[in-house]
Amino acid sequence: MKMTKIVRTTADVFYPFCLVFGLYVVMHGHLTPGGGFQGGAVMATGAALLLVAHAYEDITGRLRKTAMKILEAIGLMMFLFAGLSGLLFERPFMGNWMAFTGKWFSHPVAHGPNPGDLNTAGLLPLLNIGVGIEVLGGLTIILLYMLSGIHAEKKP
Amino acid sequence: MMKIALYSAILLVLFGGLMYLAADLPVGAPLQSDMDDYFIKNGQEQTGANNIVTSIVFDFRGFDTLGEATVLFTAVLGVGMMFRKMKEGEEYEND
Repeated sequence: MKMTKIVRTTADVFYPFCLVFGLYVVMHGHLTPGGGFQGGAVMATGAALLLVAHAYEDITGRLRKTAMKILEAIGLMMFLFAGLSGLLFERPFMGNWMAFTGKWFSHPVAHGPNPGDLNTAGLLPLLNIGVGIEVLGGLTIILLYMLSGIHAEKKP
Repeated sequence: MMKIALYSAILLVLFGGLMYLAADLPVGAPLQSDMDDYFIKNGQEQTGANNIVTSIVFDFRGFDTLGEATVLFTAVLGVGMMFRKMKEGEEYEND
């Protein structure tokens, strides 16, 4: 079943904003409330909006099941390898070896408020991005499986 | 009619007992707060993250979060198995 043209246009306009807001929540996970799970859920909400407004056949060009499966696997692998990378630097599994070294994501941070320096917290942004990608892929593929019954109107 | 009144009375008594017992529970003031104080005091200096929740979820309790991500992955696998396409000639078991 297809919604009216107004709903479809609104969904098309809102979809990129959903993605951008989810990406913001994921990227600022170590500074502001939110994180990988929440940002990934926000991004998957954009996919749900698109799925409900359009028919399933019209959406398969933009949201592919294979791409979402690959995204999910990539997210979990990224999380695992970011955790394992601590072993290379004489730290335990999931050890935060990147913090305070002065390279990527590792500016020193003092006790108290931070004016918005994204380059802090070492390994945490990487883990956040991994979890965000995984939740985006996982929730979207669940939606695609469950809502694949929404078909276009059958032409007589 | 009698049955409904009886069930309602039993429910009311149970609810009253629950409320009576719950009134004595401590709320908002944990008895053991050593761990919380440690996280709030040292979380920012040890991990460099301003968000204390993120520093706990992804650093102090990172292994737990790995399990959570695995649970989501397994849930997606289960949904994919449930909504798969039937093969030709295959039939539902419960028919």
